[in-house]
Amino acid sequence: MISIIELYVFVLAAFVGYQVITRVPPLLHTPLMSATNAISAISLVGSLVLAGANRDTVSNWLGFIAVTAASINVVGGFLITDRMLKMFRREPKPTSAVAMEKAGQPGGGSR
Amino acid sequence: MSARDLVIEAIYLAASVLFILGLKSLSHPDRARLGMQQAALGMVLAIVGTLFNHEIIRFDFIAVALILGTVIGYPLGMFVPMTAMPQRIAISHMFGALAATLVGIAEYRIHQQAMPRSTMAALGFEVLFGALTVTGSFMAFGKLQEFITGKPVTYRGQNTVNITLFGVAIAMFLFLIFRPGTPAVFYGMIALALLLGVFMVLPIGGADMPVVVSLLNSYAGLASSATGFAIQNNVLIICGALDGASGFLLSVLMSKAMNRSFGNVLFGAFGSPQPALAAGAEAKDLTVRSVSAEDAAIRMAYAGQVIVVPGYGMAVAQAQHVVRELADLLEKRGVTVKYAIHPVAGRMPGHMNVLLAEANVPYDRLYDMEDINPEFERTDVALVIGANDVVNPAARSDPQSPIYGMPILDVDKSKGVIVLKRSMNPGFAGIENHLFYAPNTSMLFGDAKSSLTRLVTEVKAL
Repeated sequence: MISIIELYVFVLAAFVGYQVITRVPPLLHTPLMSATNAISAISLVGSLVLAGANRDTVSNWLGFIAVTAASINVVGGFLITDRMLKMFRREPKPTSAVAMEKAGQPGGGSR
Repeated sequence: MSARDLVIEAIYLAASVLFILGLKSLSHPDRARLGMQQAALGMVLAIVGTLFNHEIIRFDFIAVALILGTVIGYPLGMFVPMTAMPQRIAISHMFGALAATLVGIAEYRIHQQAMPRSTMAALGFEVLFGALTVTGSFMAFGKLQEFITGKPVTYRGQNTVNITLFGVAIAMFLFLIFRPGTPAVFYGMIALALLLGVFMVLPIGGADMPVVVSLLNSYAGLASSATGFAIQNNVLIICGALDGASGFLLSVLMSKAMNRSFGNVLFGAFGSPQPALAAGAEAKDLTVRSVSAEDAAIRMAYAGQVIVVPGYGMAVAQAQHVVRELADLLEKRGVTVKYAIHPVAGRMPGHMNVLLAEANVPYDRLYDMEDINPEFERTDVALVIGANDVVNPAARSDPQSPIYGMPILDVDKSKGVIVLKRSMNPGFAGIENHLFYAPNTSMLFGDAKSSLTRLVTEVKAL
């Protein structure tokens, strides 16, 4: 039976998600996608229980495939997000007048 | 609740907090990396915590699957080139949805005889959206990887077929809520959802992929969340909701950036032949000015400000590094170089930003549409690299145009425009672009990368 508490959790999490994600600048939308993808691979938690509970052969194999698929996303997802974020660097030394002007209004990437 | 379960729940709570903080850190590129590393730590905690679950009694399947997943996941994380990022993201939605769907099927098999309706509703939702996302993402992957045609595949009555199939799937879902113990309906619904995923993505063309990929992101998240409801696991509900919210928000932003509704993207089959016919005839009496690399180089080298407008063509030609090289040369000569990024340039949200960041372009040089549009009037040369629809002035002026109303980069307002383009073939959507015929526009024909290389050589020679 699903309790009403779980619905609360869902609605509040979706609300937090919406608030947090509206603040992500378009600059980082691709890393955002790979990051949320990696995070939602938390479904691994459910897959692990399924693969280890030894209910019957079919369940074991379903669990096996599910754990494989989810762990691909965990490993690949976090690695690729990190690889992308590593590339985003600001200008090395803002010395010229143009760069100063830009430093004053860091609107380059934000919305 | 036993002490062990309590500890596991506490770990899940900590992981959830780390995930939210990780996403929050993405609001600024300087903090993002650390934040996401903390989120990864949260994931490791959650996995280790789960292994102490009392239901887990054998570890052989788990161990082998985790190793296999790591072996496949590592290269997908480390070696996939940035240009292949859209298809890489699409396929990862497939893996996520697959895991959710399989857990759903396994739960149903065990509990189908005594399943409360609310659990059935969660499970039904999970496998319906999960299965649809599995095949839909695979199709999107295929289209982006181009082993399936990137052009929209349409036929008469397509929307009727899709809507009917969807209606039947929903009817089966509702039936299951009232009669959970009917496996035939359950598996029938899964089969139908798998089919639907294929049919839904078939008519969608490459340029609309940013919306589809975002939408599938959302579905994969919602399927995970539903898994959480079905197996009563809060961390799954939370993460699924975060993913769902993110995908939803991105799809809305992408649709807005194209001035189209979801429905229009999913059922509109953009780029069907009708607009091309009308525009093609009228284009004949317009003249195109082409420019040599030498002249183009001179114009840019003596400009005050140059704005680079990248599009999918830059990604295809893998030209981002040469772009950066050219920009460096121009900057050395005192030219200000900025980059204008349209939200739907490329094949997924943020596609151009990632490519340019890869080429070491500092992120404070990358400007969003709203920030850069007022600048074009003060710009001497706008350099359009493989972008088409996102700079088409018809979106502002021609109510007949299929892209009318779409916010565009006001490239045509700059003093001069140099367009790098392979040929005069209309862009993906088959829409004629009057920017190419404008008196202040010059075309530099050829592959984007080789054209840019020629420009680099010419600027060096000045």
